[in-house]
Amino acid sequence: MSVLLDGRTKVVIQGLGREGRFHAARMKEYGTQVVGGTSPGAGGTQRDGIPMFDTLAAAVDATGANASLIFVPAGGAGDAILEAIDAQLGLVVCITEGIPVHDMLTVAAVLAEAPSTTLIGPNCPGAISPGKCKMGIMPAENFSQGAIGFVSRSGTLTYEIADLLTRAGLGQSTCLGIGGDPIIGLPTPDAVRLLNEDPATEAIVIVGEIGGSAEEKAAEYMRAFGKKRAVAFIAGRSAPPGKRMGHAGAIVSGNSGTAESKVKAFEDAGIPVANAPSEIPAMVKAALRR
Amino acid sequence: MVGPPVKLHEYQAKSVLARAGIPVPPGKLALTPDEAASAARELAAPVAVKAQVHVGGRGKAGGIKLARSPEEAHEAARSILGMDIKGLRVEKVYVERAAKVRSELYLGVTVDRDRRRPVVMLSTVGGMDIEQVASEQPEKIARGWPDPRLGLLPFEARRLCFEAGVPPEQVNEVAGVAEKLYEVFRRTDAMLLEINPLFIQEDGSVVAGDAKLDVDDNALFRETELAKWKEVTADEQLEERARQLGFSYVQLDGDVGVIGNGAGLVMSTLDAVRLAGGKAANFLDVGGGAKEAVVKAALEIVLSNARVRSVLINIFGGITRGDEVARGIIAVIKEHPPRVPLVIRLSGTEAEAGRKILRGAPLVSRDTMDDAAAEAVRLARESRAGAEAVAKKK
Repeated sequence: MSVLLDGRTKVVIQGLGREGRFHAARMKEYGTQVVGGTSPGAGGTQRDGIPMFDTLAAAVDATGANASLIFVPAGGAGDAILEAIDAQLGLVVCITEGIPVHDMLTVAAVLAEAPSTTLIGPNCPGAISPGKCKMGIMPAENFSQGAIGFVSRSGTLTYEIADLLTRAGLGQSTCLGIGGDPIIGLPTPDAVRLLNEDPATEAIVIVGEIGGSAEEKAAEYMRAFGKKRAVAFIAGRSAPPGKRMGHAGAIVSGNSGTAESKVKAFEDAGIPVANAPSEIPAMVKAALRR
Repeated sequence: MVGPPVKLHEYQAKSVLARAGIPVPPGKLALTPDEAASAARELAAPVAVKAQVHVGGRGKAGGIKLARSPEEAHEAARSILGMDIKGLRVEKVYVERAAKVRSELYLGVTVDRDRRRPVVMLSTVGGMDIEQVASEQPEKIARGWPDPRLGLLPFEARRLCFEAGVPPEQVNEVAGVAEKLYEVFRRTDAMLLEINPLFIQEDGSVVAGDAKLDVDDNALFRETELAKWKEVTADEQLEERARQLGFSYVQLDGDVGVIGNGAGLVMSTLDAVRLAGGKAANFLDVGGGAKEAVVKAALEIVLSNARVRSVLINIFGGITRGDEVARGIIAVIKEHPPRVPLVIRLSGTEAEAGRKILRGAPLVSRDTMDDAAAEAVRLARESRAGAEAVAKKK
């Protein structure tokens, strides 16, 4: 088992342009069922052996797709997400970076009324259930199949930590790269809840960042409902307030979003917090032995 | 690349509000004391002379003065223009007819990350830092979370007024301002739009005392009018240049320069530097898929900071390739040998090829982020100790 994506996931790529084609090829190599692509005007053609459609609705009709991966540029990506929600897809992953916040406010309002759709991202590396399905841009060789559920707001840091886990013999059930924007589809607490309820997941690694209060809420949830061991890491512990650390969401303003508050919330919930990514594998092993 | 929100000056924000039908006092921008005096004459003093700088707390810093005559306005402008407020030089003042204030409100709209909704806030505690009110007297702030597809509805605006304790005879007017303010927030792609204070005047009319509008940098492509108001201050210039080159740079105050790929990884690298007992000089994320030229430009920007005593390059290749990174580093070394030691950690895609390219180059290579950070911190400390010894001898 795994969450959100597995061998039955059939993916349409929205915005199958240059970047989309590169990653669609990697995903097919990995074994992901990439059943179609959309690009207005390209309907009826093929790109790298992938049948193309003008609209997502037509693609879903023809292929029975249940998921989409979005590479549409920032100005149109909000619209692409709305199109995917309208097509009632179960899983939508949006890689696009730089979507205006107001577009995401509209998406969030529509998404709240569409409980059957889960959105991952935007501004994220995507999700992978190692050995089964990859929907995203992550280098697959750093991931391996196993029982560790992994949720992260970062991109490259996710690869780094997946690599550390893999080298330590700790394979993963599902890794969710949820994105670094202020408004995202699957915030940390929701991602943690999915992994907590997944029978194939034995322990959860939660990688957060400064900014917002998603980590505090995830800690609260685990304190009340945690069935799995968990280990956390917060990036940006040395960041000064008022400076935006690359991600639109990673900023400490006033009292909100500090690393201290996040570390304390996890520790209060009995979840140990690593000082550096390199400490995570040993802490996960120790947590599993407890 | 993510940029900080574009901040508008009070006089710019007020012109946006006025066009939306929100009452603002008549005012004029002045660049000299003479202009301020003639503005005061035109507006019929008393006037407020207000520094236009992108920083909070200008009132406390002496950046706002009341003037009862054109002469006083001249004098006020003379003392405010050129003033340094939290490191920013005042280049212009806004001269505005003084309001006859009975009481002050706070009215603002921003994005509530947790609820993933816009949030409208109204309080009868006006003129203060709203974050302070929020933490000390949270019950004094009424909040509403409108549906972004509908805007702030009249009943929601009225409810906010009654919950906040706005005097009943002002409710209709304040609610009207709130509805219009929400509309401006939506139309301008604002991250924050506030009127603080919103004055209730002695005659019962309502007028915006101050206005703050921060616009989402990611939406500037459709905000052509506001985009032209974007200002880059002296200490933001490096950060702006970096953005134009395609990466994200934030200046910090330590002496270990840091370059990496991916915001989370770079943040972790800064943390690793601190864990090793050092302080990072900057945050620099080259982004995904950085090519040789970008890496070269990134290294040059980091080295242009005179405080830097060592540079730590931490790359975990995904889309970014180790060999491209290595070629960028070699290009800089060839052109002008760096004055400080470089420590590099390459992992992931094409890391082996990258290491091969770097073989023989004057730099230190480490296999893990922790080891590389420790080495960069040690080298910076050594250089600092050396410099102090030289200084002592003199």
